[in-house]
Amino acid sequence: MEIRLSDIEKNKATYKDYRILRWLTSVDHKEIGIMYLWVALLFFVVGGIEALLMRTQLVMANNHFLSPDVYNQIFTMHGTTMIFFVMMPALFGFQVYMMPLMIGANDMAFPRMNAFSFWITLFGGLLLYFSFFAGGAPNAGWFNYAPLNESAYSSTSGIDYYCIGLLLAGIGSVSTGVNIIVTVLKYRAPGMSLKMLPLFVWMSFVNAFLIIGALPSLNAALSMLLLDRQLHAHFFNVASGGSALLWQHMFWLFGHPEVYIIILPAFGIYSEVFQVFSRKRIYGYSFVAGSTVAIALLSFGVWVHHMFATGLGNTVNAFFGASSMLIGVPTGIKIFNWLGTMYGGSIRFTVSMLFAIAFLIEFTIGGLTGIAFSIIPIDWQVTDTYYVVAHMHYVMVGGSLFGVLSGLFYWFQKLSGKQLDEKLGKIFFWLFVIGFNMTFFVQHILGIMGMPRRVYTYPDLPYFTLLNLCSTAGAFLMGGSLLLLFYNIYKTARKKELDRSDPWDGFTLEWLSTALPGQKNFEALPEIKSRRPYWDLKYPDKADWKNDDKERK
Amino acid sequence: MFELFLYHIHFYLLNSILHSSTTEAEEINRLHFYFLWAASFVLLVVTVATIYVIYKYRHHENGQEYQPKTLSGKWEIAMIGVPLAMVVVFFFLMLKTMHHILPSADGKKPDVVITGHQYWWEAQYPGTRVTAANEIHLPVGRTILLKLLSADVIHDWWVPQFGNKMDLISGRQNYLWLNIKEPGIYTGACSEFCGAQHAGMRIRVVAQQESEYIKWLQEHQQVATISDTLAQSGAQIFQSETCGNCHNINGTASNGKAGPDLSHIASRQTLLTGILENNKENLTRWIQDPQKIKPGAHMPKFFLDKHSIDALVAYLSSLK
Ligand code: HEC
Ligand SMILES: [Cu+2]
Repeated sequence: MEIRLSDIEKNKATYKDYRILRWLTSVDHKEIGIMYLWVALLFFVVGGIEALLMRTQLVMANNHFLSPDVYNQIFTMHGTTMIFFVMMPALFGFQVYMMPLMIGANDMAFPRMNAFSFWITLFGGLLLYFSFFAGGAPNAGWFNYAPLNESAYSSTSGIDYYCIGLLLAGIGSVSTGVNIIVTVLKYRAPGMSLKMLPLFVWMSFVNAFLIIGALPSLNAALSMLLLDRQLHAHFFNVASGGSALLWQHMFWLFGHPEVYIIILPAFGIYSEVFQVFSRKRIYGYSFVAGSTVAIALLSFGVWVHHMFATGLGNTVNAFFGASSMLIGVPTGIKIFNWLGTMYGGSIRFTVSMLFAIAFLIEFTIGGLTGIAFSIIPIDWQVTDTYYVVAHMHYVMVGGSLFGVLSGLFYWFQKLSGKQLDEKLGKIFFWLFVIGFNMTFFVQHILGIMGMPRRVYTYPDLPYFTLLNLCSTAGAFLMGGSLLLLFYNIYKTARKKELDRSDPWDGFTLEWLSTALPGQKNFEALPEIKSRRPYWDLKYPDKADWKNDDKERK
Repeated sequence: MFELFLYHIHFYLLNSILHSSTTEAEEINRLHFYFLWAASFVLLVVTVATIYVIYKYRHHENGQEYQPKTLSGKWEIAMIGVPLAMVVVFFFLMLKTMHHILPSADGKKPDVVITGHQYWWEAQYPGTRVTAANEIHLPVGRTILLKLLSADVIHDWWVPQFGNKMDLISGRQNYLWLNIKEPGIYTGACSEFCGAQHAGMRIRVVAQQESEYIKWLQEHQQVATISDTLAQSGAQIFQSETCGNCHNINGTASNGKAGPDLSHIASRQTLLTGILENNKENLTRWIQDPQKIKPGAHMPKFFLDKHSIDALVAYLSSLK
């Protein structure tokens, strides 16, 4: 397929005329996607600085760099920020930008609601941070257990801001979920059946159901807590007849699916990346797609595995232990399918692919430690220690964040018309991965040695300082390597020339469109006859629908 | 050099939680080892497979016309079967272990009732009049039942070498069985985030032979006697400065419940759940400015003159 130079020139012209007002009023899915990504980046920097502050405090035993009061606000804000205002917006950014392009649509189903979702999410994040100027940030951890979250124990207004901030972001997430579902159902290119969806779109689609199923539980809990704090209701206040565990049930009924809400779109990104850079179709499309549904369904039945030490009794625990172990099976299938996709391919080690390959290993580690938590007696031993911190970061960083980075390097040309520097990117990749493992691997050992999580300081027990020092050094290495990524983005954004579209010889429709933010995506679409319509168009004699092998189930 | 190396290995394998000081911990750790073997095997397989695949199928410049190969679909069935089998095995192992270490406590009388307070522990011994704080004495060699309560927010009891954790939740009663094997001092920490001084809420257990344990209980039912005059004036200051509103001291008018029981504080080795050694100097520092030592703890700073502090310290350190 030749590159249509005239198109690119035209794009460049409009691209230059952007004004701030244009962004503020935009309802274009690509512009909103870009803004989501910027917001994620902004909060990522803030959350990252918070992480470095914590690691500085923990660099050695009995350190007094931060007071407990400040430390507790910072670890709460770090977790809340990274989950609700970094991972969610980053993945939404890719979803609202790429999904319409990948299914041949010109926009989301409800463009104005799309803008609404974005702005209300951003507003929620800003309100959350405003708490720092209103007497103190929330300080009861990102899952904010009752009754510590009640005004009797947390008297600053931080937790009120937490409630309102997350409620706003939650409304934004639910409306995006609805938007994604309707877009996929109603705006696919003619001929593209649901079975032909690119896997990123399929996973986003399934994920949207998770969002609209799970978020209401959080929103309800937040409203109840707000009533408790502001109007002296008694939902979670034990002293006046409320229940402390009710909060945990409601929070984790949201919170566990949330973990999958953050990982499924990333799985989607990997599925695209593995195919394109192995020059092969996915191995076992129906298994990958089907296991996604299995994960989504199971994820609503595992929340008590966050509560195995609350004394709910062996019968209840055993049920949730079993469901949590089971969820490992569909996840294992996925790992195998990605390996199978690379098998027999012709693998290109781009930065995007490197992150995907590293993910396979890191996520396996995170997944296995996750299984450890579903084996209840082991959970009793290691829960609430640094072991959890390690596990969670292997899943959230090694799983989700690697996916976002992989997606960033994969799609940057589509986002901006220019391509990130691969050489710088590879240096960044190695430093980041080494730093990541230095930071979090040793935390497994710390947990097993008896270091509880969320402590602002720790006694000088043998090896504690050594391992924590290693962890802190790794955190700064990660921080430093991110500067390299930011520089890469800055350098690329300042490039005068646009790079050629379709740099990876892509398979799916987004690479067919040369539209940049603010423009119409497609004037005309090819006939869709397989899962790789753009491939079919480029290589008519090798088209998938012509030589349909067993791979396509 | 080699010895040092052995020492390190020994430390990692034995002195961490994988060292079991109770029969409960033994069972958990056995299960944990099974799991670690299985998990290492899975990780090894995935890693080797990944490295093999990316090496074997890396792109060759100026290679021939590329024809992708496909793995047979049968593999996929196997890939569901193997993890499923592992899940089933571990599910049954789990059931067995958990019923062993945490059988129902229905109707059984607890040996010790432990109540978590923001940043300190209270231990009551049913059947005796003993209420102790922070240093918790437990008997070895028999299975005991702990009842766990909370006076405020959620706390969590965890002594790594004893095995399982259990939350102390406001409005709920939780139980934990323990069979400690050897006498000794065991340390742990509150493991559920409980506020400003969560990190300062450590655990210190003194495990004793039955005979010593009973002796300790008897001693603690007695009222400590104070003789020297400085200590006696300290006792008065303790009253007049309202210390007694928060602290209980048997045999005196002080019967507060908001802070640790101080009836026999001088017989303890540590202060404040184990973050400080128990000596006059540290007691002085604490009474001078609690917020400097444990910022956020629920004891205010009293602006006392040096004489009063000395008297209080003399009093407290005679409460054997
Ligand atoms: C408002 C209630 C309150 C008052 C009044 C109070 N304390 Fe305390 N005190 C506490 C609390 C709560 C702790 C536990 C602190 C912690 O470990 O978090 C404590 C701890 C102590 C300890 C250490 C106990 C241990 O178990 O290690 C000593 C000693 C002590 N207080 C002495 C005093 C003296 C002397 C006074 C009077 C000058 C006093 N307290 C007044 C609440 C109070
Ligand atoms: Cu606690």
